[in-house]
Amino acid sequence: MDGSAPILEMRGIFKRYPGVQALSDVDFRLFGGEVHALMGQNGAGKSTLIKVVTGVARADAGQILLEGKEIDSDSPLAAQAVGISTVYQEVNLCPNLSVAENIFLGRDEAGTYKVRWKDMRQNAEQLLRGLNLDVDVTAPLAEYSIAIQQMAAIARSLSMQARILILDEPTSSLSEDEVSMLFSVLRRLKAQGMAILFVTHFLDQTFDISDRITVLRNGERVGEYPVAELSPQSLVAKMVGREIAEGEPSRSQSAETRALHAPAAARAAAQARGPLFLSAENLGRRGSVHGVSVEVRAGESVGMGGLLGSGRTETARLLFGIDRADEGSLKIDQATVRITSPVDAIQYGIGFCPEDRKVEGILGELSVRENVILALQAKRGVFHTLTRKRQQEIVDAFVLLLGIKVEDAEVPISTLSGGNQQKAILARWMATDPRMLILDEPTRGIDIAAKLEIMRQVMDLRDKGMAVLFISSEMDEVVKYSDRIVVMRDRRKVGEIDASQADEHAVFEMIAGGES
Amino acid sequence: MSDPTHSLAVALDARLRSLSKHRIFWPLVVLALMLLFNLLTNARFFSVTVRDGHLYGSLIDVLNRAAPLMIVSMGLTLVIATKGIDISVGSVMAISGATTAMLIGGKYVMGRDDMTSHPLALCILAGVGIALLFGMWNGFLVAYVGLQPIIATLILLVAGRGVAQLITEGQIVTIYYRPYSFIGNGFLLGLPVSYYIVAALLTLFLLLTRKTALGLFIESIGVNPVAARFSGVRARLILFWVYAMTGVCAGVAGLIVASNVKSADGNNAGLDLELDAILAVVLGGTSLNGGRFTLAGSVLGALIIQTLTTTIYFTGVAPEVTLVVKAIVVFVVSILQSDRVRTLLAARGPAREAVR
Repeated sequence: MDGSAPILEMRGIFKRYPGVQALSDVDFRLFGGEVHALMGQNGAGKSTLIKVVTGVARADAGQILLEGKEIDSDSPLAAQAVGISTVYQEVNLCPNLSVAENIFLGRDEAGTYKVRWKDMRQNAEQLLRGLNLDVDVTAPLAEYSIAIQQMAAIARSLSMQARILILDEPTSSLSEDEVSMLFSVLRRLKAQGMAILFVTHFLDQTFDISDRITVLRNGERVGEYPVAELSPQSLVAKMVGREIAEGEPSRSQSAETRALHAPAAARAAAQARGPLFLSAENLGRRGSVHGVSVEVRAGESVGMGGLLGSGRTETARLLFGIDRADEGSLKIDQATVRITSPVDAIQYGIGFCPEDRKVEGILGELSVRENVILALQAKRGVFHTLTRKRQQEIVDAFVLLLGIKVEDAEVPISTLSGGNQQKAILARWMATDPRMLILDEPTRGIDIAAKLEIMRQVMDLRDKGMAVLFISSEMDEVVKYSDRIVVMRDRRKVGEIDASQADEHAVFEMIAGGES
Repeated sequence: MSDPTHSLAVALDARLRSLSKHRIFWPLVVLALMLLFNLLTNARFFSVTVRDGHLYGSLIDVLNRAAPLMIVSMGLTLVIATKGIDISVGSVMAISGATTAMLIGGKYVMGRDDMTSHPLALCILAGVGIALLFGMWNGFLVAYVGLQPIIATLILLVAGRGVAQLITEGQIVTIYYRPYSFIGNGFLLGLPVSYYIVAALLTLFLLLTRKTALGLFIESIGVNPVAARFSGVRARLILFWVYAMTGVCAGVAGLIVASNVKSADGNNAGLDLELDAILAVVLGGTSLNGGRFTLAGSVLGALIIQTLTTTIYFTGVAPEVTLVVKAIVVFVVSILQSDRVRTLLAARGPAREAVR
């Protein structure tokens, strides 16, 4: 494979978005007849790279060569025309049109002035049979599962004589059977010489299907590796940026981590943790996480490690009652409870800072004051109204305590910076005087000062006896701010680590599937 | 530059600009302009006379005629603030009017106008009660079944007319019972009774939304239902009751209309009123995108619509042009309420100063 020339080659790609260098000097090669996995953590630059290839975004600098000739795809249509085709995570076809119509929509096969229904149907059937799929192509696409919809999207790519197929997280909503069906199709296409670029968060799938792996981190290329030369552990290490020798933790690294962690360790030794607050046993939900057992004590911070899509957020949603668990049991203060809505969770004294601040956290048009007092007011009910004066006192207190930069608490919260918005959401929960806080990526996308301030407050609350469940993709943060770490992989809990005894290395190992 | 007239002008300018940011500023301006227009073209519009101790005149009339629209707009304001819509209010008005009319009984006995089959209080309560039930039906469909508000209430928009006709057995029921006409035509301390109903309901709604947390919860649902739910707001329950309350508003409005025309017409009572009510809410400054709402604005919006109708009628504009004139005024007010135009207007201010 390496003897031949790559079908697609990207050289020195740079791309900058306001405030962030999304890609810097990235090289990438894709050969015909291979499945190439593009790996990296959130924000590593995978999506940007794909956008550049498919013409959705334009690189600031760099070359894209298709079979040695430079191309300049400035639109998705132009990229399609040269044979680059993309199947997205959320299938972007028209659900209420038929399968056949979706495959040929907007193309000559469908006829320029008059739709040639019969030809279209026969061609669609033929294409899908080539993918080993026998379905009624005249039925609306929406009647089929996501897996079949993806097949239709792939068939559409094939009908366009695509030579490069890009799959952006195709398996995230598929069942195991559907994944293996998709993979067998990919293997067949690969045998026919198709170049396939595959993006996923699932490690086992990466090793199952790909021939080579390119790892990105912070917008830079870490390297390109044949899959046989890489172990899951070393892949995770490359993704998160800790070069560690196989099997042996690097001395300097762990010493540094230990030093970082010394205060927490001392603390754990000095004081016993409080009584058990929450314990979940084999909690799970169909199509979501399974077999999650977590215990959180008062005055204890439990970290949740794992890659994106490993089931961390899903677990938080079950505990907070956003989704209902359909297996396992949940106890609070040793008594079995059923939490079926956030209202229930809040009544038990649980607060939740969601992952997506903009969509799930802030109420953009409402004032900072209203955003801060909302949860407390909701907990009190409609008629136990907080007086305006009391609201003002609460907001003033938190603005001072957390250092929220706002002159007038009556301005819409959307006018604040991300860090200050996050502080306001923390204040929203602190105002309810919670017994447990679930923090899902509380430090994502905010400046370092706000990050430190937020975590300092959370640790302070923990020391005063609050239970904390802390989710973060930043492994050093998880180790630093947790007493115990629950590790998730592929929507299951795979183990638990005592944070005072462990370092990041141990967490990576467990994430990657090694024995700890 | 520091001459007193100039600094006064600057101060006034600043004052005006901060005022103009207030949601009900533009509706007030439009209403004032309309009244000014009437003052210039026919002063008769403003003449208020006292007859039998009651106030009479076009102004009094405008307010009285606007009462049902004002009441419906109040309920609808809350629905729209949740980013919903209720287009069934006109049909619910017909249902409540029909129910009360049938309970009073439409039999005509020569020379008698004090005959009713049931006690008046019961008839009124039944009319409002059935409207509440239908409002709850809408609330159930939107909040618990999860239908889109426009579809959920479209069902009742269509079916409601049928229900009203079933109740009246397809007839227009005349209400001969005299005490009932007091609601729509009576006077209390010189003012029409409907004024008191509007004032009472507006006070009730203001207290409910501003003195309890209901207003905050409604706005939070309209702005970001997910974040509201994650913060512990019982979004479904609140949605349910908002639609239920709107049903009650439509019911009360239906009773006023039935009393006003002394009959219940399942086909025409409250016909197309839902559109005027939506317009009143939007004119008043509440966005169809949900979130911030103003009840006073909606009442003002209803008043603008009625004043406009009466003014056009007074001016002697040909009937076929009436709707066009109405459309133009509505267009202008809507433009003034648009955020984009407002930012444009606001941006002009400093620019002008810089030129100076």
